[in-house]
Amino acid sequence: MQQNSDKAFPNRAPTNGQLLSMFERMLTIRRFEERLGEDFHAGKLPGGVHLYIGQEAVAVGVCAHLDDRDRIASTHRGHGHFIAKGGDPAPMVAEIYGKRDGICGGMGGSMHVADVSKGILGANGIVAGGIPIAAGAALAAQLDGDGRVAVCFFGDGAANEGVLMESMNIAALWQLPLIFVCEHNGFSEFSPSDTVTAGKIRERARPFGLPAELVDGNDIVAVWRAADRAIDRARTGQGPSFIEAATYRIRGHLEAEAHFLSRSYRSEEEVERWRRNDPIDRLSRHLLSSEICSEAEIAAIEARIQNSVEEAAAFAERADLPDADRAPGLMFAGPAPGAA
Amino acid sequence: MARKRLIQAINEALHEEMARDPKVILFGEDVEISMFGDTAGLHDRFGPDRVRNTPISEASLTGMAVGAAAGGYRVVLHMMFANFLYTGFDAIANQMAKLRLMTGGQIELPITIVAGYGGGRSTAAQHSDTPYPLLMNLGGLNVAVPATPRDAKGLMKTAIRGRDPTVFLEAGGRGGESGEVPDEEYLTPFGEAAVGREGTDVTIVAIGSMVRPAMRAAKLLDGQGISAEVLDCRTLVPLDEDGILRSVAKTGRLVVVDEARDRCSAASHIAAVVAERGFGSLAAPIRRLTVPDTAMPYAPVAEKHLLPDREKIVGAVKVLMAGSAP
Ligand SMILES: Cc1ncc(C[n+]2csc(CCOP(=O)(O)OP(=O)(O)O)c2C)c(N)n1
Ligand SMILES: [Mg+2]
Repeated sequence: MQQNSDKAFPNRAPTNGQLLSMFERMLTIRRFEERLGEDFHAGKLPGGVHLYIGQEAVAVGVCAHLDDRDRIASTHRGHGHFIAKGGDPAPMVAEIYGKRDGICGGMGGSMHVADVSKGILGANGIVAGGIPIAAGAALAAQLDGDGRVAVCFFGDGAANEGVLMESMNIAALWQLPLIFVCEHNGFSEFSPSDTVTAGKIRERARPFGLPAELVDGNDIVAVWRAADRAIDRARTGQGPSFIEAATYRIRGHLEAEAHFLSRSYRSEEEVERWRRNDPIDRLSRHLLSSEICSEAEIAAIEARIQNSVEEAAAFAERADLPDADRAPGLMFAGPAPGAA
Repeated sequence: MARKRLIQAINEALHEEMARDPKVILFGEDVEISMFGDTAGLHDRFGPDRVRNTPISEASLTGMAVGAAAGGYRVVLHMMFANFLYTGFDAIANQMAKLRLMTGGQIELPITIVAGYGGGRSTAAQHSDTPYPLLMNLGGLNVAVPATPRDAKGLMKTAIRGRDPTVFLEAGGRGGESGEVPDEEYLTPFGEAAVGREGTDVTIVAIGSMVRPAMRAAKLLDGQGISAEVLDCRTLVPLDEDGILRSVAKTGRLVVVDEARDRCSAASHIAAVVAERGFGSLAAPIRRLTVPDTAMPYAPVAEKHLLPDREKIVGAVKVLMAGSAP
C-alpha cells in the first residue's frame, strides 16, 4: 500500500530560484571542505576531518525543505549537513580549528559540530548514534503537534547497526515525523559496501511499512523531489519514510588515511568515474543549458563563496584558544534556577 | 632482542598465536586493511575463514565472540576504539562477564577483545575514553593494559591462550612506543606488576600510557634527590596487590597515575587497597593523579590540561615529600 500511495503526494519540482540557491549551498559546502582538506594537510587542524565532497546534493536536497525548527542528526561526515541546514560556516571552521569562537567553543571539533538554534543536533562520532536521536526529536515534534519533522542522515555502513532496525520499528509503530536518509557512498571506512552489507538497504525499511525509495544522490532534483514527498508525509501526520541516496565518497574516509594505510582499497578509475558524475557539475550544466543563469552569475556565486571561505579561515586563525580549564565546567548544567 | 613499536609487537603476537593454534580466529571492522597496523598481514596469511572484516555491528560482534568461543574457538575481537566497546557493551557485561558463573562453570570463554584507548590526539570525546574502570568493575573480565612493546606481546599471548575473556587495551597515539622485544618465545603473566625503576622514597604506580611519563618523572626526581620506584600494573584484573603493597612498605608513599576519569578510577581502587591493607606503612596520604570527571575536549589546550604528564607527576611527588616526615 505504501508503495502506491506516493501518488497521493506532491509531485513538485524545484523552482529556478530554488535550484540556484541549492547550487550556491552545494558549492559553499564544497569550497569550505576543500579548504578544510588543505588546512588539514598543512597541519593547521588539531584533529582529523571526514570530508563530504561528492555527496553535497543529498544534504542540500533534503535540507532545502527544512527550516530552523526542524531537527537533524548527522554523522562523523557532518560538515555538509551543518551548512545545508543553515549553519554558519565561519564558527564551524573555527570549531574545527579548536578555537573559543567555534560553534561548540572548541570542545567538539569536526565530528561534533552542532548548532541547536538551527535545529542541528550535531555531527556524531558514533556510527548510527544520530539515528535514535533523530527518532527522539521526531517524538518531541509529534508531541508538539506543530508540523515539525526530524531527519537522520547516516551512511550505508551505519545501516548495519541494529539500532537502525529498532528505530525504524518504533518510528513506524508510532508514526513519527521522521525521515531516514541513508547516504550510500560505496564504503564503510575502507570496506566496499557490498563486502559488509547483505541485500539492499532500502529493502530493510519496507517490512516496517515505511515508504522507501532509491534516488540518484548526485542528482539534486531527484533528491529534492524524494525529500519533498517524504517530508510532506511527515509534516501531515503520515509517518516516517526512508530514502536511500546513491552517491560516492570522492575523498578518503578521513583525510589522514594516506598516512597510515598500507595499500589502497579502490581504483583510481572508479574515483575518476564518479568525479565525472559530480553533483555540482551536473547542476551547473543544467543551470546553464536551461538558461536559468549565466556563466557570469555562476562566477559571481563562486567569488562570493571564495570570499566567505577566506574570511572564515582568517577568523578561525585569529580566534583565541579556549581557556585550558574550560571543559569541567561544561559537564553539568547545574540545578534548575530557583531550586535549592 | 630487537627494537619494535608497540603495535608491531602486538602484530607479532597475533601472527605467532594464529600460526600456533588453528582454533584462533580474529574478526572486527576493517581488520583486513588494519587501520592501526596491529592486525596487518593476518588476512593474507591466514585467509578469510579465520580473519574476517565485519560490518559495523558491535552489538552482534561482542555476542558472536561469546558464541564462537563457546563453540570451541579462541576469539580475538578487534573493536577499534575503546569507545565502541560501549556500542557492544551488552554482550560484554551481560554475557561474557557472567556466563561462566551462570552455567555453573560449563562455559569457557577464551576471548581477547582488542581496542585502542586514551586521549591526547584531539579525537574528541567519543574517540578518547579510558574505560578500564568500567571493565574492572564487571568482575568476569581480565583487563590488560600494556605499556611496553615487550609486555604487549607477552600479555597478548597470555590473553589468547587463556581460558577467560580479556580486554586488551592498547594505548593509542602515544602508545606507539618503541622498546626491546626478545626474539625467543615468552609469555607475560597476568597479575604481576613490572618494576620499571627501583626507588626508596616514593612508589609511583602507573597504568598503560602513564608509565612513560612516570618513568620520565622518576628520572627527573632522581636528579633532585628523590628516589622514586615506578610500578607498571600491566594487568588491572588480576591486580598485583601484593607487589604494590611490598613497594609501598618500602617507600611509605604512593602516587597512582591513571588516565581514567577520577571517580571510581583504577587509581581509586588501588588507593583503597593500599589504604586498607597497607595503612601502617604509609608516611603520607595517598595521591591519585587522574583525569578530571569530564568528557575529553577537542581543543589541544583543554585536553592537555586534563591529562597527567611528567610535570604533574613530579609536582604531586614533591607535595607528598614536603608534607611528610622524611
Ligand atoms: C559505533 C562505531 N563503530 C565504528 C566506528 C568507526 N567508524 C567511523 S566511520 C565508519 C564507517 C562508516 O561508514 P558509513 O556509515 O557508510 O559512513 P561514511 O563514512 O561512508 O560516510 C566506522 C566504522 C565508529 N565511529 N562508531
Ligand atoms: Mg558509507
